Amino acid sequence: MSALGGVVRGGVGRRRVQTLVMTLTVMMAVTASVLAAGLVVASRAPFAHAFARQDGAHLTARFDGSKATAAQLAATARVPGVTAAAGPDPVVSLRPTVESDGFDGRGVPPGMRLPPLTIVGRDRSGGGVDRPDLIEGAWASGRGQIVVSADGPPFAIGDRLSFPGLPGRPTLTVVGRARSVSRTADAWVPPEQAAALHVPGAPRAYQMRYRLASSGTDAEVTRARAAIAAALPRGALDGATSHLTTRLAAERTAATFVPFIVAFGVLGLAMSVLVIGVVVSGAVSAATRRIGILKSLGLTPAQVVRAYVGQALLPAAAGTVLGVVLANLLAVPVMSQAEDAYGVGALTVAPWISAAVAAVALAVVAVTALVPALRAGRLRTVDAIAVGRADRASGRGRGPRRLLGGLPLPRPVSLGLADPFTRPARSATMVASVVLGTAGVTFCVGLAVSLHTLQDGLDRRSPGEVVIQAVGPPDTAPAPPGPRAPRIADPAAVAAKVAAQPGTRGYFRTGRAKVGVAGRAGTVTAHAYEGDSSWGPFAMISGRWFRATGEAVVPTGFLKATGTRVGDAVTLTYEGRSSSVRIVGEALDLSDEGMTVLTPAASLAGLRVEIPPESARFHVALALGTDVDAYLRSLNAALGPLGVRGQADTGGTSTTIIAMDALAGMLTVMLVAVAGLGVLNTVVLDTRERTRDLGVFRALGMTPWQVTAMVLTSAAGIGLAAGAAGVPLGLALHARVLPVMGESAGTGLPAEVMDPYDPPLLAVLLLGGLVIATAGALLPATWAARIRTASALRTE
Amino acid sequence: MTAPIIQMRDVSKKYDAGRPALDHLDLEVEAGEALAVLGPSGSGKSTLLNLVAGLDRPSEGGVTVAGLRIDGLSEAASARYRRDRIGMVFQFFNLLDDLTVADNVALPARLAGTPRDEAHERAARLLERLGLQPHHARTHPGRLSGGQRQRVAVARALINRPALLLADEPTGALDTASAAEVTGLLTELNADGQTLVLVTHDVALANACATRTIELVDGAIHRDVRGRTAAAR
Repeated sequence: MSALGGVVRGGVGRRRVQTLVMTLTVMMAVTASVLAAGLVVASRAPFAHAFARQDGAHLTARFDGSKATAAQLAATARVPGVTAAAGPDPVVSLRPTVESDGFDGRGVPPGMRLPPLTIVGRDRSGGGVDRPDLIEGAWASGRGQIVVSADGPPFAIGDRLSFPGLPGRPTLTVVGRARSVSRTADAWVPPEQAAALHVPGAPRAYQMRYRLASSGTDAEVTRARAAIAAALPRGALDGATSHLTTRLAAERTAATFVPFIVAFGVLGLAMSVLVIGVVVSGAVSAATRRIGILKSLGLTPAQVVRAYVGQALLPAAAGTVLGVVLANLLAVPVMSQAEDAYGVGALTVAPWISAAVAAVALAVVAVTALVPALRAGRLRTVDAIAVGRADRASGRGRGPRRLLGGLPLPRPVSLGLADPFTRPARSATMVASVVLGTAGVTFCVGLAVSLHTLQDGLDRRSPGEVVIQAVGPPDTAPAPPGPRAPRIADPAAVAAKVAAQPGTRGYFRTGRAKVGVAGRAGTVTAHAYEGDSSWGPFAMISGRWFRATGEAVVPTGFLKATGTRVGDAVTLTYEGRSSSVRIVGEALDLSDEGMTVLTPAASLAGLRVEIPPESARFHVALALGTDVDAYLRSLNAALGPLGVRGQADTGGTSTTIIAMDALAGMLTVMLVAVAGLGVLNTVVLDTRERTRDLGVFRALGMTPWQVTAMVLTSAAGIGLAAGAAGVPLGLALHARVLPVMGESAGTGLPAEVMDPYDPPLLAVLLLGGLVIATAGALLPATWAARIRTASALRTE
Repeated sequence: MTAPIIQMRDVSKKYDAGRPALDHLDLEVEAGEALAVLGPSGSGKSTLLNLVAGLDRPSEGGVTVAGLRIDGLSEAASARYRRDRIGMVFQFFNLLDDLTVADNVALPARLAGTPRDEAHERAARLLERLGLQPHHARTHPGRLSGGQRQRVAVARALINRPALLLADEPTGALDTASAAEVTGLLTELNADGQTLVLVTHDVALANACATRTIELVDGAIHRDVRGRTAAAR
């Protein structure tokens, strides 16, 4: 080993606490940074990979065949900005019914009428734009066959879909399941089959799929759409979907993680710089005499600089390796959700990200260490050797010491409180460390409370203690061979039983139907309410719950997609009929990408919309003190003849929220640990430098407890002040990050989610800095109390 | 007849497997005595002082100071013992540079729970008695001469009215004039009845201050002479 290597190894080995602190600090910063960067990239990776593989459509458009000919549509492939186009392919929207031989409780129950499916007549290659991946089975190659989207209703291979609305009630057999990343259809049939699915008298519709030269922004896609519409007769373009909208929805889950992980990454990195700066500075000042000796033995200034940068890089490299490993492990559960969505196999953090973050982390450490290392290199040998023999009076902190000495406090306490002022720069970094730690705790606690409040808010989509679905299991009584259909109860009969049940405080019924929104392509899910729902509204982001017919509440997704605001009126459409509702509130709801309308059933009367009876759900609130189990026993006895059962509505727990909770909790623990280690490191440096003073104190009669109190107080004062500064920083971080997370999830957030901090919680958080600082100082305080007085007095 | 203020019975101290620093030493010091401990480097002088100060424990034997058996005290009890019964003066003063002179002097009293004002009054009286001006009380030790600093250290050692004053090479870091100044002070204190134990290489100091001199060689008392100027003999 070279002489320099020996010096570095010796320095690292002698300062085990500092080495540990630096390793853990860098580990935490690297973990958070790799996770953040990995998630940002990986959240886009599955969509991007699948989109590239399938030659996905940047724009999928639906045209009215009565207003434009197939030739005119085909000519849009030459519109400027379009690089490739496929179609026109016939497209129909039909509501199928499943006819299969049995129902085992999974998949789509036989007899159930489904919402309209968009069925496109095309082969698998799709003309070179949008080639769906076949997940199961085969592509439809002849009449009577259909391939369904793996992202749609859970049909099974072999299911027979009949179309009661068509002449001759044609039946198609599911031969395959496929996934189009562009989401161009719910099902595909051969082109000749599509012609047979056309509703007589209805205008023909066609689908075109385009790839664009510029498609990175909404504005670019909108420009292309406008150019295509302009090339056709007026009104020919029915609607279009951008790949950006599809991508946003697909990346939503992973994207919601990114803001808070980035926040932790920034906190971790800032803390690393601070702690590493303190550690290396401390190593230099504590080893001044050693540096002098090394220089007197012939070490050049450059070698001294290299030795001290090396002393920082060695533990930093260990921390970097650990951080990369930990981040890759933590990424697994988060990314598994994206894996499921795309079926792309195991996703991991891209290796280049781990390498890049590692390189940046080590560079930051090297630069941070360089400043004190250069100071060490410049030290005059004779001065360095003289350290320990000269007077130590620095003159700093005498004012505060005198001031605090005058307070009616025990002397060890006033001495401890004044200590930070004797080394203001080091104390400032300790303050910063505790501030960041407290900010992290404040942010994380707020995040946890917000997430739980959010979960509660989402659970309010299904209010009440009991829920009854109108669909029951198939009748088990002996029956002739053939399909067994589930039993659908008469809603009015169920309502009568619920109303008559003792313990019922209130109930209402909801049903779902797909309706259109004037001026917008596609459908939204209308939730029709019957009965008094005022006791069970959704969590509201703005406005209020509906009170009257003609009023509606919608989620953020609806407002964004339709460009409306609370107070605006929207026209709902259904089979040529229309009805206007006024939006009176913005509700928290992530279902159906937020494309829902919640309104009294009477608001939809003008549409004469057919609400499938199987979509009916009764939400029941029980009177105070009612035993849920006893109520259910009695209710289910009454409901028995109707073939349905009530269940306790326990709400759901989002796996995303659980994952976020766990991840944020772990990152906070790491952040707090690093903050505590930063304090520990600083107090260790202080106590080591003050060993002789401690010996004097002990010689003058300071008891071990008094020494402990003095050292703890020296950190506690800082902790209290830093806690007071860290809490507002954490609050600001929470206020900044939460809306971004909401934005990523496609929703605004209710006020109670945005502001989870009540005064008792804030009071506890304010003590967070004190706890971090005191915990960090506890070990060195114990060491200081156990110092051997006689040895300490001999310390140079 | 009053009990000796220091009683060391068959005291040995071993730091490692080698020769003991103190070897079956017996020593009694009467109240009011000024004992000078002389001897070459490594003879056991500092070890003896550390044992009497409760900074270290003997490997064998017992040490009683001012009626208190101190060789088995806990760390906290040792600290209280030092605070209440002895005062210590060091070669390099060991003043706390961040504290004013008054705060330095008052510190042991404050640690003992004396109210601040009372501790500072006592400190002021002591400083005055030891020849320091009132303005010195407000300054920091770094601004004082070596002799003045050692006076401050003596004042600090006396603040809790100790039964015993221990001084470890009190003139070792001083120039001749300052050394004479401190020698005079210690002599004066002993004349006023303060029991004194001096560990020193300085024969002149021993001659001037000590009423009794012992010489340690290899951890044992080689010579024990009573009377002033005994060291010269």
